[in-house]
Amino acid sequence: MERVEAIRRDFPTLARKIGDNDLVYLDSGATSQKPAVVIETMDDYYRRYNANVHRGAHTLSEEATNAYENARLRIARFINAPSDKQIIFTRGTTESVNLVANAWGRANLGPGDEVLITEMEHHSNIVPWQMLRDELGFILRYVPITDQGRLDLEHLPDLLTARTKLFAFVHVSNVLGTINPARELIEAAHAVGAKVLIDGAQSVPHMPVDVQALDVDFLAFSSHKMCGPTGVGILYGKREILESMPPFLGGGDMIRDVSMERSTWNTLPYKFEAGTPPIAEAIGLGAAVDYLNEVGMKWVHAHERELVAYAFEQLSQVEGLRILGPGPDERGGLVAFVMEGVHHHDLAAIVDQDGIAVRAGHHCAQPLHEHYGISGSARASLYLYNTRQEIDKLRASLEKAQRILAF
Amino acid sequence: MSAEELLEDFEFLDSWEDRFRLIVELGRELEPMDLADKNDETRMYGCQSQVWIKSELIPGDPPRLHFVGDSDAQIVKGLIFIVLDIYNDKTPQEILDFDIRGFFEQLELAKHLTPSRANGLNNMVETIRRTAEKYLEIED
Repeated sequence: MERVEAIRRDFPTLARKIGDNDLVYLDSGATSQKPAVVIETMDDYYRRYNANVHRGAHTLSEEATNAYENARLRIARFINAPSDKQIIFTRGTTESVNLVANAWGRANLGPGDEVLITEMEHHSNIVPWQMLRDELGFILRYVPITDQGRLDLEHLPDLLTARTKLFAFVHVSNVLGTINPARELIEAAHAVGAKVLIDGAQSVPHMPVDVQALDVDFLAFSSHKMCGPTGVGILYGKREILESMPPFLGGGDMIRDVSMERSTWNTLPYKFEAGTPPIAEAIGLGAAVDYLNEVGMKWVHAHERELVAYAFEQLSQVEGLRILGPGPDERGGLVAFVMEGVHHHDLAAIVDQDGIAVRAGHHCAQPLHEHYGISGSARASLYLYNTRQEIDKLRASLEKAQRILAF
Repeated sequence: MSAEELLEDFEFLDSWEDRFRLIVELGRELEPMDLADKNDETRMYGCQSQVWIKSELIPGDPPRLHFVGDSDAQIVKGLIFIVLDIYNDKTPQEILDFDIRGFFEQLELAKHLTPSRANGLNNMVETIRRTAEKYLEIED
Protein backbone atom coordinates (compact mmCIF):
# COMPACT_ATOMS: atom_id res chain seq x y z
CA MET A 1 0.00 0.00 0.00
CA GLU A 2 2.79 2.37 0.97
CA ARG A 3 4.50 1.36 -2.22
CA VAL A 4 1.57 2.54 -4.31
CA GLU A 5 1.36 5.79 -2.38
CA ALA A 6 5.05 6.43 -3.12
CA ILE A 7 4.50 5.58 -6.79
CA ARG A 8 1.50 7.91 -6.99
CA ARG A 9 3.67 10.81 -5.85
CA ASP A 10 5.85 10.29 -8.92
CA PHE A 11 2.94 11.14 -11.24
CA PRO A 12 2.02 14.86 -11.23
CA THR A 13 -1.39 14.41 -12.94
CA LEU A 14 -2.60 12.07 -10.21
CA ALA A 15 -2.69 15.00 -7.78
CA ARG A 16 -5.35 16.71 -9.89
CA LYS A 17 -8.89 17.47 -8.84
CA ILE A 18 -11.84 17.09 -11.17
CA GLY A 19 -14.32 19.57 -9.76
CA ASP A 20 -14.24 18.81 -6.02
CA ASN A 21 -13.11 15.21 -6.46
CA ASP A 22 -9.69 13.64 -6.60
CA LEU A 23 -8.97 12.35 -10.08
CA VAL A 24 -9.47 8.58 -10.34
CA TYR A 25 -7.64 7.67 -13.51
CA LEU A 26 -8.86 4.34 -14.87
CA ASP A 27 -8.00 4.85 -18.52
CA SER A 28 -4.37 3.75 -18.69
CA GLY A 29 -5.29 1.26 -21.40
CA ALA A 30 -5.85 4.29 -23.65
CA THR A 31 -2.78 6.12 -22.40
CA SER A 32 -0.90 5.98 -19.11
CA GLN A 33 0.03 8.95 -16.97
CA LYS A 34 3.69 10.01 -16.98
CA PRO A 35 6.09 10.07 -14.03
CA ALA A 36 7.90 13.36 -13.42
CA VAL A 37 11.22 11.76 -14.37
CA VAL A 38 10.02 11.19 -17.96
CA ILE A 39 8.77 14.76 -18.29
CA GLU A 40 12.03 16.09 -16.82
CA THR A 41 14.19 13.92 -19.07
CA MET A 42 12.50 15.31 -22.19
CA ASP A 43 12.65 18.82 -20.81
CA ASP A 44 16.36 18.39 -20.16
CA TYR A 45 16.95 17.29 -23.77
CA TYR A 46 15.22 20.39 -25.14
CA ARG A 47 16.89 22.74 -22.67
CA ARG A 48 20.42 21.38 -22.67
CA TYR A 49 21.34 19.31 -25.74
CA ASN A 50 18.65 19.61 -28.41
CA ALA A 51 20.19 18.60 -31.76
CA ASN A 52 19.53 16.20 -34.60
CA VAL A 53 20.93 12.69 -34.28
CA HIS A 54 23.42 10.74 -36.43
CA ARG A 55 24.48 13.86 -38.30
CA GLY A 56 26.47 16.64 -36.78
CA ALA A 57 30.09 16.44 -35.82
CA HIS A 58 29.34 18.80 -32.98
CA THR A 59 28.99 18.25 -29.26
CA LEU A 60 25.22 18.65 -28.98
CA SER A 61 24.53 16.25 -31.83
CA GLU A 62 26.84 13.71 -30.28
CA GLU A 63 25.11 14.02 -26.92
CA ALA A 64 21.68 13.72 -28.52
CA THR A 65 22.79 10.68 -30.54
CA ASN A 66 24.21 9.02 -27.44
CA ALA A 67 21.02 9.60 -25.46
CA TYR A 68 18.85 8.37 -28.34
CA GLU A 69 20.91 5.22 -28.93
CA ASN A 70 21.17 4.60 -25.21
CA ALA A 71 17.39 4.61 -24.98
CA ARG A 72 17.30 1.99 -27.75
CA LEU A 73 19.72 -0.18 -25.80
CA ARG A 74 17.62 0.00 -22.61
CA ILE A 75 14.45 -0.84 -24.53
CA ALA A 76 16.22 -3.84 -26.09
CA ARG A 77 17.13 -5.07 -22.60
CA PHE A 78 13.61 -4.40 -21.35
CA ILE A 79 12.17 -7.03 -23.73
CA ASN A 80 15.37 -9.13 -23.75
CA ALA A 81 16.10 -8.53 -27.43
CA PRO A 82 19.40 -10.11 -28.54
CA SER A 83 20.58 -6.79 -29.96
CA ASP A 84 19.60 -3.12 -29.99
CA LYS A 85 19.82 -3.29 -33.80
CA GLN A 86 16.51 -5.12 -33.67
CA ILE A 87 14.72 -2.23 -31.97
CA ILE A 88 13.13 0.12 -34.48
CA PHE A 89 11.63 3.40 -33.36
CA THR A 90 8.24 3.99 -34.95
CA ARG A 91 5.37 6.32 -34.08
CA GLY A 92 3.59 3.61 -32.13
CA THR A 93 2.01 0.16 -32.31
CA THR A 94 -0.10 1.16 -35.31
CA GLU A 95 2.88 2.25 -37.36
CA SER A 96 4.82 -0.84 -36.28
CA VAL A 97 2.07 -3.10 -37.63
CA ASN A 98 1.87 -1.04 -40.81
CA LEU A 99 5.63 -1.35 -41.19
CA VAL A 100 5.44 -5.15 -41.06
CA ALA A 101 2.46 -5.15 -43.44
CA ASN A 102 4.08 -2.89 -45.98
CA ALA A 103 7.71 -3.99 -45.82
CA TRP A 104 7.47 -7.68 -44.94
CA GLY A 105 3.95 -8.22 -46.30
CA ARG A 106 4.58 -6.79 -49.75
CA ALA A 107 7.69 -8.93 -50.16
CA ASN A 108 6.15 -12.14 -48.87
CA LEU A 109 2.39 -12.22 -49.54
CA GLY A 110 0.38 -12.92 -52.65
CA PRO A 111 -2.62 -14.85 -54.02
CA GLY A 112 -3.03 -18.24 -52.35
CA ASP A 113 -1.33 -17.07 -49.15
CA GLU A 114 -3.16 -16.54 -45.90
CA VAL A 115 -2.77 -14.15 -43.01
CA LEU A 116 -4.39 -15.20 -39.76
CA ILE A 117 -5.58 -12.69 -37.19
CA THR A 118 -8.23 -12.99 -34.46
CA GLU A 119 -11.70 -11.67 -33.70
CA MET A 120 -10.36 -9.82 -30.67
CA GLU A 121 -7.89 -7.59 -32.55
CA HIS A 122 -7.65 -3.84 -32.20
CA HIS A 123 -8.42 -2.08 -35.51
CA SER A 124 -4.71 -1.39 -35.91
CA ASN A 125 -4.12 -5.11 -36.38
CA ILE A 126 -7.08 -5.56 -38.74
CA VAL A 127 -7.20 -2.59 -41.10
CA PRO A 128 -3.57 -2.73 -42.37
CA TRP A 129 -4.12 -6.38 -43.34
CA GLN A 130 -7.46 -5.66 -45.03
CA MET A 131 -5.88 -2.84 -47.03
CA LEU A 132 -2.97 -5.03 -48.09
CA ARG A 133 -5.25 -7.99 -48.87
CA ASP A 134 -7.32 -5.83 -51.23
CA GLU A 135 -4.11 -4.95 -53.04
CA LEU A 136 -2.23 -8.26 -53.03
CA GLY A 137 -5.09 -10.76 -53.08
CA PHE A 138 -4.15 -13.00 -50.16
CA ILE A 139 -6.81 -14.39 -47.81
CA LEU A 140 -7.40 -12.90 -44.36
CA ARG A 141 -8.74 -15.31 -41.74
CA TYR A 142 -9.89 -14.79 -38.17
CA VAL A 143 -9.58 -17.06 -35.15
CA PRO A 144 -13.05 -16.90 -33.53
CA ILE A 145 -13.59 -16.28 -29.84
CA THR A 146 -15.60 -18.26 -27.33
CA ASP A 147 -18.41 -16.71 -25.31
CA GLN A 148 -16.02 -16.54 -22.35
CA GLY A 149 -13.83 -14.25 -24.43
CA ARG A 150 -10.97 -16.64 -25.10
CA LEU A 151 -9.56 -17.59 -28.48
CA ASP A 152 -11.40 -20.64 -29.77
CA LEU A 153 -8.33 -22.83 -30.19
CA GLU A 154 -10.31 -25.88 -31.28
CA HIS A 155 -10.54 -24.26 -34.69
CA LEU A 156 -6.87 -23.37 -34.82
CA PRO A 157 -5.70 -26.47 -36.75
CA ASP A 158 -8.19 -25.64 -39.55
CA LEU A 159 -7.08 -22.03 -39.69
CA LEU A 160 -3.35 -22.29 -39.16
CA THR A 161 -2.07 -24.31 -42.12
CA ALA A 162 0.80 -24.49 -44.56
CA ARG A 163 -0.90 -21.65 -46.47
CA THR A 164 -0.60 -19.34 -43.45
CA LYS A 165 2.33 -17.00 -43.94
CA LEU A 166 1.70 -14.83 -40.90
CA PHE A 167 -0.21 -15.17 -37.63
CA ALA A 168 -0.74 -11.74 -36.09
CA PHE A 169 -2.47 -11.63 -32.72
CA VAL A 170 -3.00 -9.44 -29.71
CA HIS A 171 -1.09 -10.51 -26.59
CA VAL A 172 -3.60 -8.97 -24.15
CA SER A 173 -7.01 -7.92 -25.48
CA ASN A 174 -7.74 -4.22 -24.91
CA VAL A 175 -11.43 -5.00 -24.31
CA LEU A 176 -11.66 -8.49 -22.85
CA GLY A 177 -8.42 -8.34 -20.93
CA THR A 178 -7.75 -11.89 -22.08
CA ILE A 179 -4.09 -12.88 -21.89
CA ASN A 180 -3.56 -15.05 -24.93
CA PRO A 181 -1.25 -18.10 -24.66
CA ALA A 182 1.43 -16.48 -26.79
CA ARG A 183 4.11 -19.17 -26.42
CA GLU A 184 1.72 -21.92 -27.44
CA LEU A 185 0.35 -19.95 -30.40
CA ILE A 186 3.85 -19.08 -31.62
CA GLU A 187 4.90 -22.72 -31.48
CA ALA A 188 1.84 -23.76 -33.46
CA ALA A 189 2.52 -21.06 -36.06
CA HIS A 190 6.18 -21.95 -36.42
CA ALA A 191 5.25 -25.61 -36.83
CA VAL A 192 3.48 -24.73 -40.10
CA GLY A 193 6.18 -22.29 -41.16
CA ALA A 194 4.25 -19.09 -40.42
CA LYS A 195 5.83 -15.97 -38.98
CA VAL A 196 4.27 -14.36 -35.90
CA LEU A 197 3.54 -10.73 -35.10
CA ILE A 198 2.39 -9.90 -31.59
CA ASP A 199 0.49 -6.73 -30.78
CA GLY A 200 2.01 -6.03 -27.38
CA ALA A 201 0.34 -2.65 -26.78
CA GLN A 202 -1.49 -3.97 -23.70
CA SER A 203 1.10 -6.52 -22.54
CA VAL A 204 4.57 -4.92 -22.66
CA PRO A 205 3.52 -2.06 -20.29
CA HIS A 206 2.02 -4.46 -17.77
CA MET A 207 4.05 -7.67 -17.53
CA PRO A 208 7.53 -8.97 -18.23
CA VAL A 209 7.73 -9.82 -21.95
CA ASP A 210 10.78 -11.71 -23.20
CA VAL A 211 11.03 -11.89 -26.99
CA GLN A 212 13.63 -14.66 -26.92
CA ALA A 213 11.68 -16.86 -24.53
CA LEU A 214 8.60 -16.32 -26.71
CA ASP A 215 10.60 -16.84 -29.91
CA VAL A 216 8.34 -14.22 -31.52
CA ASP A 217 9.24 -12.87 -34.97
CA PHE A 218 7.79 -9.36 -34.54
CA LEU A 219 6.60 -7.47 -31.47
CA ALA A 220 4.86 -4.08 -31.69
CA PHE A 221 4.18 -1.76 -28.75
CA SER A 222 3.67 1.90 -27.84
CA SER A 223 5.53 4.20 -25.48
CA HIS A 224 2.55 6.23 -24.28
CA LYS A 225 0.85 3.25 -22.65
CA MET A 226 3.97 2.49 -20.57
CA CYS A 227 4.68 5.78 -18.79
CA GLY A 228 6.46 7.22 -21.83
CA PRO A 229 5.51 10.08 -24.15
CA THR A 230 3.16 9.88 -27.14
CA GLY A 231 4.49 9.81 -30.70
CA VAL A 232 6.94 6.95 -30.34
CA GLY A 233 6.67 3.18 -30.34
CA ILE A 234 8.70 0.11 -31.08
CA LEU A 235 8.90 -2.64 -33.61
CA TYR A 236 11.10 -5.53 -32.53
CA GLY A 237 11.97 -8.07 -35.21
CA LYS A 238 14.21 -11.09 -35.59
CA ARG A 239 17.44 -9.98 -37.15
CA GLU A 240 17.44 -12.18 -40.26
CA ILE A 241 13.85 -11.22 -41.07
CA LEU A 242 14.50 -7.51 -40.64
CA GLU A 243 17.67 -7.85 -42.77
CA SER A 244 15.73 -9.50 -45.58
CA MET A 245 12.95 -6.90 -45.60
CA PRO A 246 12.89 -3.91 -47.95
CA PRO A 247 12.49 -0.50 -46.30
CA PHE A 248 9.05 0.93 -45.49
CA LEU A 249 9.50 4.70 -45.82
CA GLY A 250 12.15 6.32 -47.99
CA GLY A 251 14.08 9.44 -47.04
CA GLY A 252 17.03 10.68 -45.05
CA ASP A 253 18.93 8.56 -42.55
CA MET A 254 17.69 5.25 -44.01
CA ILE A 255 20.10 5.22 -46.96
CA ARG A 256 23.75 4.38 -47.43
CA ASP A 257 24.20 6.03 -50.83
CA VAL A 258 21.87 7.90 -53.12
CA SER A 259 22.58 8.60 -56.77
CA MET A 260 20.24 9.95 -59.43
CA GLU A 261 19.46 6.39 -60.52
CA ARG A 262 19.28 4.39 -57.33
CA SER A 263 19.86 4.20 -53.62
CA THR A 264 21.29 1.60 -51.30
CA TRP A 265 19.96 1.05 -47.82
CA ASN A 266 21.50 1.73 -44.48
CA THR A 267 22.05 -1.08 -41.96
CA LEU A 268 19.64 -2.06 -39.18
CA PRO A 269 17.87 -0.41 -37.50
CA TYR A 270 18.34 2.79 -39.54
CA LYS A 271 16.99 1.20 -42.72
CA PHE A 272 13.55 1.53 -41.13
CA GLU A 273 13.98 4.96 -39.57
CA ALA A 274 13.56 7.44 -42.42
CA GLY A 275 13.75 11.11 -41.59
CA THR A 276 14.39 12.78 -38.26
CA PRO A 277 13.08 10.43 -35.58
CA PRO A 278 11.11 11.44 -32.48
CA ILE A 279 14.30 12.13 -30.52
CA ALA A 280 12.94 13.65 -27.31
CA GLU A 281 10.22 11.01 -27.23
CA ALA A 282 12.64 8.11 -27.68
CA ILE A 283 14.81 9.48 -24.88
CA GLY A 284 11.65 9.91 -22.78
CA LEU A 285 10.71 6.29 -23.42
CA GLY A 286 14.18 5.29 -22.26
CA ALA A 287 13.47 7.10 -18.98
CA ALA A 288 10.08 5.38 -18.72
CA VAL A 289 11.74 1.99 -19.13
CA ASP A 290 14.24 2.86 -16.39
CA TYR A 291 11.35 3.89 -14.17
CA LEU A 292 9.42 0.66 -14.78
CA ASN A 293 12.58 -1.40 -14.20
CA GLU A 294 13.10 0.35 -10.90
CA VAL A 295 9.57 -0.50 -9.79
CA GLY A 296 9.97 -3.96 -11.30
CA MET A 297 7.73 -5.43 -13.99
CA LYS A 298 6.99 -8.47 -11.83
CA TRP A 299 5.67 -6.16 -9.13
CA VAL A 300 3.61 -4.19 -11.69
CA HIS A 301 2.05 -7.39 -12.98
CA ALA A 302 1.34 -8.78 -9.51
CA HIS A 303 -0.15 -5.48 -8.36
CA GLU A 304 -2.47 -5.34 -11.36
CA ARG A 305 -3.55 -8.96 -10.98
CA GLU A 306 -4.45 -8.36 -7.39
CA LEU A 307 -6.30 -5.17 -8.29
CA VAL A 308 -8.16 -6.62 -11.27
CA ALA A 309 -9.35 -9.55 -9.15
CA TYR A 310 -10.68 -7.03 -6.64
CA ALA A 311 -12.31 -4.96 -9.41
CA PHE A 312 -13.88 -8.10 -10.80
CA GLU A 313 -15.31 -9.02 -7.41
CA GLN A 314 -16.59 -5.49 -6.69
CA LEU A 315 -18.07 -4.71 -10.10
CA SER A 316 -19.77 -8.12 -10.30
CA GLN A 317 -21.90 -6.98 -7.39
CA VAL A 318 -23.29 -3.96 -9.23
CA GLU A 319 -26.84 -4.74 -10.30
CA GLY A 320 -27.30 -5.25 -14.03
CA LEU A 321 -23.59 -5.01 -14.76
CA ARG A 322 -21.99 -7.60 -17.01
CA ILE A 323 -18.22 -7.91 -17.36
CA LEU A 324 -16.92 -8.91 -20.78
CA GLY A 325 -14.24 -11.56 -21.07
CA PRO A 326 -12.78 -14.30 -18.91
CA GLY A 327 -12.53 -14.55 -15.13
CA PRO A 328 -9.97 -12.62 -13.08
CA ASP A 329 -7.34 -15.36 -13.14
CA GLU A 330 -6.80 -15.12 -16.87
CA ARG A 331 -6.91 -11.42 -17.51
CA GLY A 332 -4.70 -8.38 -17.66
CA GLY A 333 -5.43 -5.27 -15.63
CA LEU A 334 -8.59 -4.09 -17.32
CA VAL A 335 -12.31 -4.66 -17.04
CA ALA A 336 -14.80 -3.77 -19.78
CA PHE A 337 -18.47 -3.96 -18.95
CA VAL A 338 -22.00 -3.17 -20.02
CA MET A 339 -24.89 -2.19 -17.79
CA GLU A 340 -28.32 -3.44 -18.71
CA GLY A 341 -30.48 -0.73 -20.26
CA VAL A 342 -27.71 1.85 -19.99
CA HIS A 343 -25.65 3.38 -22.77
CA HIS A 344 -21.90 3.24 -22.13
CA HIS A 345 -21.52 6.97 -22.86
CA ASP A 346 -24.13 7.83 -20.25
CA LEU A 347 -22.23 5.67 -17.80
CA ALA A 348 -18.93 7.41 -18.55
CA ALA A 349 -20.60 10.83 -18.26
CA ILE A 350 -22.00 10.04 -14.81
CA VAL A 351 -18.80 8.59 -13.36
CA ASP A 352 -16.88 11.56 -14.79
CA GLN A 353 -18.93 13.76 -12.44
CA ASP A 354 -17.23 11.88 -9.61
CA GLY A 355 -13.81 12.55 -11.11
CA ILE A 356 -13.47 9.03 -12.51
CA ALA A 357 -11.96 8.60 -15.96
CA VAL A 358 -13.11 5.47 -17.81
CA ARG A 359 -13.33 4.91 -21.52
CA ALA A 360 -16.60 4.36 -23.36
CA GLY A 361 -17.08 3.22 -26.93
CA HIS A 362 -15.98 0.37 -29.12
CA HIS A 363 -12.33 0.78 -28.07
CA CYS A 364 -11.23 0.36 -31.70
CA ALA A 365 -12.49 -3.21 -31.63
CA GLN A 366 -15.77 -3.13 -33.54
CA PRO A 367 -15.69 -6.76 -34.76
CA LEU A 368 -15.31 -7.89 -31.15
CA HIS A 369 -18.32 -5.86 -29.97
CA GLU A 370 -20.25 -7.18 -32.95
CA HIS A 371 -19.53 -10.68 -31.70
CA TYR A 372 -21.25 -9.82 -28.42
CA GLY A 373 -24.08 -8.00 -30.20
CA ILE A 374 -23.36 -4.69 -28.46
CA SER A 375 -22.42 -1.30 -29.89
CA GLY A 376 -19.83 -0.56 -27.23
CA SER A 377 -18.82 -0.91 -23.61
CA ALA A 378 -17.29 1.03 -20.76
CA ARG A 379 -13.78 0.10 -19.67
CA ALA A 380 -11.78 0.63 -16.53
CA SER A 381 -8.10 -0.05 -17.13
CA LEU A 382 -5.56 -0.22 -14.33
CA TYR A 383 -1.89 0.47 -13.88
CA LEU A 384 0.81 0.49 -11.24
CA TYR A 385 -0.56 3.64 -9.58
CA ASN A 386 -4.16 2.50 -9.03
CA THR A 387 -5.55 1.49 -5.65
CA ARG A 388 -8.38 -0.52 -4.11
CA GLN A 389 -9.96 2.72 -2.86
CA GLU A 390 -10.24 3.85 -6.46
CA ILE A 391 -12.08 0.64 -7.35
CA ASP A 392 -14.41 1.30 -4.40
CA LYS A 393 -15.09 4.79 -5.76
CA LEU A 394 -15.82 3.34 -9.19
CA ARG A 395 -18.25 0.83 -7.75
CA ALA A 396 -20.08 3.52 -5.76
CA SER A 397 -20.23 5.77 -8.80
CA LEU A 398 -21.54 2.98 -11.02
CA GLU A 399 -24.24 2.26 -8.48
CA LYS A 400 -25.15 5.94 -8.59
CA ALA A 401 -25.26 5.79 -12.40
CA GLN A 402 -27.52 2.76 -12.10
CA ARG A 403 -29.90 4.74 -9.87
CA ILE A 404 -29.95 7.68 -12.28
CA LEU A 405 -30.13 5.82 -15.55
CA ALA A 406 -31.70 2.41 -15.11
CA PHE A 407 -34.89 3.00 -13.21
CA MET B 1 -42.81 22.47 -20.71
CA SER B 2 -41.57 25.93 -21.63
CA ALA B 3 -38.01 27.18 -21.48
CA GLU B 4 -38.88 29.16 -18.34
CA GLU B 5 -40.34 26.14 -16.61
CA LEU B 6 -37.27 24.15 -17.47
CA LEU B 7 -35.03 26.82 -16.01
CA GLU B 8 -37.10 26.87 -12.83
CA ASP B 9 -36.87 23.11 -12.51
CA PHE B 10 -33.13 23.21 -12.93
CA GLU B 11 -32.64 26.05 -10.47
CA PHE B 12 -34.58 24.10 -7.91
CA LEU B 13 -32.13 21.20 -8.08
CA ASP B 14 -28.79 21.76 -6.49
CA SER B 15 -27.01 18.44 -6.98
CA TRP B 16 -25.69 17.36 -10.35
CA GLU B 17 -27.12 13.93 -9.68
CA ASP B 18 -30.64 15.34 -9.58
CA ARG B 19 -30.01 17.42 -12.67
CA PHE B 20 -28.84 14.37 -14.59
CA ARG B 21 -31.87 12.49 -13.34
CA LEU B 22 -34.12 15.25 -14.63
CA ILE B 23 -32.37 15.24 -18.00
CA VAL B 24 -32.84 11.46 -18.24
CA GLU B 25 -36.51 11.82 -17.29
CA LEU B 26 -37.00 14.49 -19.94
CA GLY B 27 -35.45 12.17 -22.49
CA ARG B 28 -38.15 9.64 -21.78
CA GLU B 29 -40.79 12.19 -22.74
CA LEU B 30 -39.25 12.69 -26.16
CA GLU B 31 -41.73 12.38 -29.04
CA PRO B 32 -41.08 8.94 -30.56
CA MET B 33 -39.18 8.89 -33.82
CA ASP B 34 -40.11 6.44 -36.58
CA LEU B 35 -37.43 3.85 -37.22
CA ALA B 36 -37.60 4.69 -40.93
CA ASP B 37 -36.68 8.29 -40.12
CA LYS B 38 -33.43 7.19 -38.50
CA ASN B 39 -31.39 7.14 -41.67
CA ASP B 40 -28.21 8.59 -43.14
CA GLU B 41 -29.99 11.83 -43.98
CA THR B 42 -31.11 12.50 -40.42
CA ARG B 43 -28.02 11.08 -38.74
CA MET B 44 -25.72 13.61 -37.15
CA TYR B 45 -22.05 12.83 -37.33
CA GLY B 46 -19.39 13.98 -34.93
CA CYS B 47 -21.29 12.59 -31.96
CA GLN B 48 -19.92 9.78 -29.81
CA SER B 49 -23.39 8.30 -29.52
CA GLN B 50 -25.88 8.03 -32.36
CA VAL B 51 -28.09 11.07 -32.90
CA TRP B 52 -30.82 11.69 -35.47
CA ILE B 53 -32.71 14.94 -36.08
CA LYS B 54 -35.49 15.26 -38.64
CA SER B 55 -37.15 18.54 -39.61
CA GLU B 56 -40.52 19.22 -41.14
CA LEU B 57 -42.14 22.49 -42.26
CA ILE B 58 -45.68 22.91 -41.04
CA PRO B 59 -47.51 25.05 -43.57
CA GLY B 60 -49.53 27.99 -42.27
CA ASP B 61 -49.21 31.68 -41.73
CA PRO B 62 -46.51 31.91 -40.72
CA PRO B 63 -45.04 28.46 -41.48
CA ARG B 64 -43.38 26.78 -38.50
CA LEU B 65 -40.71 24.15 -38.10
CA HIS B 66 -41.21 20.87 -36.29
CA PHE B 67 -38.34 18.61 -35.28
CA VAL B 68 -38.21 15.01 -34.15
CA GLY B 69 -35.02 13.54 -32.76
CA ASP B 70 -33.60 10.53 -30.98
CA SER B 71 -30.39 9.02 -29.63
CA ASP B 72 -29.29 5.68 -28.26
CA ALA B 73 -27.86 7.39 -25.15
CA GLN B 74 -30.21 8.58 -22.44
CA ILE B 75 -28.46 11.80 -21.43
CA VAL B 76 -28.23 12.81 -25.07
CA LYS B 77 -31.95 12.04 -25.45
CA GLY B 78 -32.64 14.43 -22.60
CA LEU B 79 -30.50 17.09 -24.25
CA ILE B 80 -32.43 16.58 -27.49
CA PHE B 81 -35.65 17.03 -25.53
CA ILE B 82 -34.43 20.35 -24.11
CA VAL B 83 -33.24 21.62 -27.50
CA LEU B 84 -36.40 20.54 -29.34
CA ASP B 85 -38.57 21.91 -26.57
CA ILE B 86 -37.06 25.31 -27.19
CA TYR B 87 -37.22 25.23 -30.96
CA ASN B 88 -40.24 23.16 -31.85
CA ASP B 89 -43.15 24.77 -33.69
CA LYS B 90 -41.40 28.11 -33.90
CA THR B 91 -40.98 30.10 -37.11
CA PRO B 92 -37.54 30.02 -38.72
CA GLN B 93 -37.01 33.64 -37.67
CA GLU B 94 -37.91 32.89 -34.05
CA ILE B 95 -35.45 30.01 -34.08
CA LEU B 96 -32.65 32.23 -35.31
CA ASP B 97 -33.51 34.97 -32.81
CA PHE B 98 -33.43 32.75 -29.71
CA ASP B 99 -30.37 33.27 -27.50
CA ILE B 100 -29.53 29.60 -26.96
CA ARG B 101 -26.10 30.26 -25.47
CA GLY B 102 -27.52 32.52 -22.83
CA PHE B 103 -30.13 29.89 -22.08
CA PHE B 104 -27.58 27.08 -21.73
CA GLU B 105 -25.48 29.30 -19.47
CA GLN B 106 -28.45 29.81 -17.18
CA LEU B 107 -29.04 26.06 -17.12
CA GLU B 108 -25.35 25.60 -16.23
CA LEU B 109 -25.41 22.57 -18.47
CA ALA B 110 -21.96 23.00 -19.89
CA LYS B 111 -20.45 22.58 -16.43
CA HIS B 112 -21.60 18.99 -16.38
CA LEU B 113 -20.93 18.03 -19.95
CA THR B 114 -17.66 16.69 -21.27
CA PRO B 115 -16.28 18.79 -24.14
CA SER B 116 -17.32 16.19 -26.72
CA ARG B 117 -20.85 16.07 -25.38
CA ALA B 118 -21.05 19.87 -25.27
CA ASN B 119 -19.82 19.75 -28.85
CA GLY B 120 -22.61 17.37 -29.78
CA LEU B 121 -25.09 19.78 -28.21
CA ASN B 122 -23.65 22.63 -30.29
CA ASN B 123 -23.83 20.46 -33.42
CA MET B 124 -27.48 19.82 -32.72
CA VAL B 125 -28.22 23.54 -32.31
CA GLU B 126 -26.24 24.35 -35.45
CA THR B 127 -28.17 21.76 -37.47
CA ILE B 128 -31.46 23.27 -36.36
CA ARG B 129 -30.32 26.85 -37.02
CA ARG B 130 -29.05 25.88 -40.48
CA THR B 131 -32.42 24.28 -41.24
CA ALA B 132 -34.15 27.50 -40.17
CA GLU B 133 -31.82 29.57 -42.37
CA LYS B 134 -32.52 27.31 -45.33
CA TYR B 135 -36.29 27.77 -44.98
CA LEU B 136 -35.91 31.53 -44.56
CA GLU B 137 -34.03 31.66 -47.87
CA ILE B 138 -36.79 29.64 -49.59
CA GLU B 139 -39.43 32.00 -48.22
CA ASP B 140 -37.55 35.03 -49.54
